[in-house]
Amino acid sequence: MRVSLFITCLADLFHPEIGLAMVTILRKHGVELVFPRGQTCCGQPAFNTGNWAEARSVAARMLDVFESSEYVVSPSASCTAMIREGFPRLFVNDEALHARSEALASRSFEFIEFLGKVLNIKSADARFDGRLTYHYTCHQRALGMTTEAEDLVKSLQGVTYIPLEGKERCCGFGGAFSIKMPDLSGHLANDKAERIIETGAEAVVVNDTGCIMNISGALKRRGVPVKVIHLARILSGEVTAP
Amino acid sequence: MNPETKPAPRWDFRAATRQSLRNESLAKALFRATAKFDDGRRALMAALPESDLLREKARQIKDDVLQHLDRYLAQFADSVEKAGGVVHWARTADDANALVASIARERNVKRIVKAKTMVSEETHLNEALEREGFCVMETDLGEYILQVAGDRPSHIVVPAVHRTKEEIAELFNTSFGVSLPPEPAEITKFARARLREEFANADMGITGANFAAADTGTVIQVTNEGNGRLCATWPPVQVVFMGIEKIIPRLEDLPVFLKLLARSATGQPMTVYTNLITGPRREGEGDGPRELHVILIDNGRTAVLSSEYRQTLRCIRCGACLNTCPVYRNVGGHTYGSVYPGPIGSVLSPLYEGRIRFNALPHASSLCGACYQACPMKINIPHMLTAMRAEQAERGDNHVLERLGMRLWALAMRSSLLYRFGGTALRWGMLPLSSEGWVSSLPYPFSGWTKRRDFPLPAKKSFRGSFEE
Repeated sequence: MRVSLFITCLADLFHPEIGLAMVTILRKHGVELVFPRGQTCCGQPAFNTGNWAEARSVAARMLDVFESSEYVVSPSASCTAMIREGFPRLFVNDEALHARSEALASRSFEFIEFLGKVLNIKSADARFDGRLTYHYTCHQRALGMTTEAEDLVKSLQGVTYIPLEGKERCCGFGGAFSIKMPDLSGHLANDKAERIIETGAEAVVVNDTGCIMNISGALKRRGVPVKVIHLARILSGEVTAP
Repeated sequence: MNPETKPAPRWDFRAATRQSLRNESLAKALFRATAKFDDGRRALMAALPESDLLREKARQIKDDVLQHLDRYLAQFADSVEKAGGVVHWARTADDANALVASIARERNVKRIVKAKTMVSEETHLNEALEREGFCVMETDLGEYILQVAGDRPSHIVVPAVHRTKEEIAELFNTSFGVSLPPEPAEITKFARARLREEFANADMGITGANFAAADTGTVIQVTNEGNGRLCATWPPVQVVFMGIEKIIPRLEDLPVFLKLLARSATGQPMTVYTNLITGPRREGEGDGPRELHVILIDNGRTAVLSSEYRQTLRCIRCGACLNTCPVYRNVGGHTYGSVYPGPIGSVLSPLYEGRIRFNALPHASSLCGACYQACPMKINIPHMLTAMRAEQAERGDNHVLERLGMRLWALAMRSSLLYRFGGTALRWGMLPLSSEGWVSSLPYPFSGWTKRRDFPLPAKKSFRGSFEE
């Protein structure tokens, strides 16, 4: 089985450790990995702001970059949702590109989703010695994901799992939303940070890079030392304690 | 009246947001109510094994109605007339209001009681009737409170959700010279006694319609307070004020929608009152109005029907998307500045009240998708919002900095070389602003981010720099 890594621009530039953790886990399961070097961004900033001409030009390039891939796996439900839902919408009036985007959509997976659906991994073979909570990132909804990640978190050895109040409530990131509606976005981020602090957890699992930046930025501003971790880093054995 | 040709100031959603976020009593009132409704909805829908099937069935029924709306409307009108009612057609809001006024004038009506109807908010019916000299009294408790206060609804289902019981008690005490405690039961008792008089003296009752069955001409109205039934049965003349999208094909389709509506709206298995009204009072019947008029209102709906926003016409106005929306829950309905607030309002308001005036509303969402998940009619609100954003960008109705920025950004993203260069430049640009890997103050246009949180510095070495085949 061969997986093309789609690391996403945010993880590539801000959190490369997430991509590296994915590499460790996938290799452990005997998956052959390629990293198509031409990849950049899925085009979501342009798509979400309505600049679809720009989004189209970036998306068309993504179709080229991942043309020959067997599976495309990313650490972000948001970017995978962009491929799955956004690309076909962008190319609704172009039969050839539409067909190619539907094909890419059908072989694209978010990392946790890929573990469960393709590799059939439903419990964690890793440990975390500490108090851990979990935030459900919004774009999992668009992928039809429910408790997959939370189930993995709960199954970690040594973990004390504390559910987060309103775990499914948006942290307020929303990409361009965080710039266009900064007060609202910041308010939601701080609300999320408060709920996380209330749990008394030493770390929170957040499986999307944008949300990680947002939530960790709010916690940092409050001077609270709660760690914000992508689950891949725990599953890979990189992080075993807060 | 075409909202597109009327120059109205653009609604400044951002400024309204800042103001609402400072209002602590609003936050308290909103949070309590929306959490109660949202949690109730989730619990009841989870307990209903067929809820997904019901949603799909409801969607199919409504899509069929919309596909053949002309036919179903004609059938409905025939059925209403067969049952003894009178049907009126209104193309615009002004037409609709004028029809009610002329029915009232011809019958020498003085006092009108009104049940809650969102479409009458949309057409500003009360103001129109008051201008004509009629006395119009809202009888839904929430609407009544707002009428006394000279305020506007902030929620589709619970119009006074933004007011605490303390504020309402104080409002009644000052307005009516009484001394009510801030107890919902006491406040309700007082309003009930006053409203009872209004019902008894009314010459006309206006209600909305939650659904309208084409095969029987039955108008279906659900309420929790019983005021709708009094409006529909006590005064001698009843006017049903409804949008043309409220049609369902057959009365037997009703249970599908009833099972979804109350659960989605207030987390109740069913509302307290479900009224099925077929025609006016018949020979030998002891109650009901002598005359029943049904006003079928377009007001922009047929334009939406033939647009990419058609699925919004499936909306049954349950408000589930408001209660679950992280934005609505924090800022409340008035922040949207329009008749319809929340996620669905962010689509409806540009469509019905002006795309330019409400061009900010499609951006009033983080696109988290909670609304879509909550919607019993499976309206893909995030898709509607992004489609509307695309429409705005296409006609150049977006910020010049954003247009320019996006062009530059797309240029960089089409070349892995430029992308890598951009990444490095970003890190070096932010480095002098940072301390221990974090930036606490970014320049415009990103300064909003760092007002309330820090921003991380890009990593020293990117993934592509670290990955080994």
